Amino acid sequence: MSKIRDAFKNGKAFIPFITCGDPDLETTGKIVREMAAAGADLIELGIPFSDPTAEGPVIQGANIRALAGGITTDKIFAFVRELRKDVTVPLVFMTYANVVFSYGIERFVKCCAEAGMDGLILPDVPFEEKDEFAPICKANGIDFISLIAPTSENRVAMIAKEAEGFVYLVSSLGVTGMRAEIRTDLEAITAKIKENTDVPCAIGFGISTPEQAAELAGCADGVIVGSAIVKLIAEHGREAAAPVGAFVRAMKAAVSPTDQ
Amino acid sequence: MTNPNGRFGIHGGQYIPETLMNAVIELETAYNHYKNDPDFNAELETLFNEYANRPSRLYYAEKLTKALGGAKIYLKREDLNHTGAHKINNVLGQALLAKKMGKTRLIAETGAGQHGVATATAAALMGMECVVFMGEEDTKRQALNVYRMRLLGAEVIPVTSGTATLKDAVSEAMREWTNRIDDTHYCLGSVMGPHPFPTIVRDFQAVISKEIKQQIMEKEGRLPDVVMACVGGGSNAIGTFYHFIPDESVRLIGCEAAGRGIDTFETAATISTGKLGIFHGMKSYFCQDEYGQIAPVYSISAGLDYPGVGPEHAHLYDIGRAEYVPVTDDEAVNAFEFLSRTEGIIPAIESAHAVAHALKIAPEMDKDKIIVITISGRGDKDCAAIARYRGEDIHE
Repeated sequence: MSKIRDAFKNGKAFIPFITCGDPDLETTGKIVREMAAAGADLIELGIPFSDPTAEGPVIQGANIRALAGGITTDKIFAFVRELRKDVTVPLVFMTYANVVFSYGIERFVKCCAEAGMDGLILPDVPFEEKDEFAPICKANGIDFISLIAPTSENRVAMIAKEAEGFVYLVSSLGVTGMRAEIRTDLEAITAKIKENTDVPCAIGFGISTPEQAAELAGCADGVIVGSAIVKLIAEHGREAAAPVGAFVRAMKAAVSPTDQ
Repeated sequence: MTNPNGRFGIHGGQYIPETLMNAVIELETAYNHYKNDPDFNAELETLFNEYANRPSRLYYAEKLTKALGGAKIYLKREDLNHTGAHKINNVLGQALLAKKMGKTRLIAETGAGQHGVATATAAALMGMECVVFMGEEDTKRQALNVYRMRLLGAEVIPVTSGTATLKDAVSEAMREWTNRIDDTHYCLGSVMGPHPFPTIVRDFQAVISKEIKQQIMEKEGRLPDVVMACVGGGSNAIGTFYHFIPDESVRLIGCEAAGRGIDTFETAATISTGKLGIFHGMKSYFCQDEYGQIAPVYSISAGLDYPGVGPEHAHLYDIGRAEYVPVTDDEAVNAFEFLSRTEGIIPAIESAHAVAHALKIAPEMDKDKIIVITISGRGDKDCAAIARYRGEDIHE
């Protein structure tokens, strides 16, 4: 059983996302440690990409800031190796196919494993293209995370059956970013996912408040929040660790009240 | 040439968010149905002929030929199509397909504005809503086309993310499509993006080479020795090449925008300077850095200012069937002026890249050889920018 499964053992999981190197890796390290201490069950680390087509303006901005600061894939691997000296929370990378492909898929995945990563999310690699990535991940003990969307319909079973680590259920149409309300009938989709896999299911995209998180946690095993946290980092810069920690604490309490 | 997974050799594929997968599958299913439907094809042919002014002329450029003193040069006059470029071929096909699929809204990206204008035109004709994404930088370079799109009833959204050029317009159109799929068709303007777009766009543009073949047989009784076109994403080039791919005696030459030169960072010559990657839904060659970050490309031509190339071109390059050559801004501007003076034809600055390479090779070829250059669009839109390039401060 992968370490990612463990992330879903403390009640409903809260999964924050941040972009590595926004505004710099030293701050990213502080934020990761603060989020782990505040109850984050699994942390998504974004490797910035120049043209993140699945992201809304908030995370696009983080990508631009990080790249402008000179961040590279190699610097991020070194950062994770350093982080793993004291941080034990499961970690997954979230990036784009070209970042992995250009590094060499095998080389990238081996570096992930060696640095102590647990999973990989590539939003521009759907089921049809995953054979180029997933078997290499599997061979190296990295969970290749599958995404399911509100439009997946007849594809849900096929994707869920081959899911590893956790299923990333996209809550809404469109790109990442905060939304006032989420209208998708997520219960019907999570029910279908559960029929086809015992891998946990976490919902992401558009979630920014404890109320939303609590509600969505009702029909899934965890919730993922990115833009709301990245926005805090954009506002607080190098001083973001404390406000992000407070936010994560509140969100974890909302999704899993008995666990706190 | 396409295998069932939408691959051209190792290139192509469907590297897109799960949210869009059923949309591209629905599109592929609809396309596979309608491409063999006689009524659909008859309707499209009527639109091509009656509305878009097809077939476009294959014109013997006698003065250009004599001026260069070598091979006999023909121009395939896509610039004479309605809306002034080859883009209308693809757009009429996709808009008709979208309409058959029950879509009521078209979204598109545009670089030079020609594809945006064509999409706005088809949307007006077919009573569909239209939203065009255009890099803010390009809305400045091509202000006249922005006005044309708005005149045709389209909404033009300037894109400020990234480099604010064509690649960012594509990214933004993709983002918008993931946001609204039910009633919306993404009318992609080139032979790029996820399968089935490279195949669909190529099939609609293949009318160019189908006509060239017929016309050159009528005029010369034989196949040409060279057919050439400019390549950004590569839709007019693949349209120009397609029916000649099996004819191995015909050299296929794609002319890429080298900007200030392929030894500078200010270039958009993907095959000359790029490497294999995955972006905008496809595996192909892209201008990128060692970590896979997409490079900010540059060309004087907004329509060729794209860091990638269509997957079928990447494959034709791999197997050695087509050649791809870089052409600089300077060479293109010279050709723009030269063709204007010798033939009284002002080509789009994009098309001028192909003319520029012909200026290099035609004099070296025997007089009994035949070159066909596709003039993908007309150059009226570029006059102000070229004047500024030459230091004349004129504004539209």
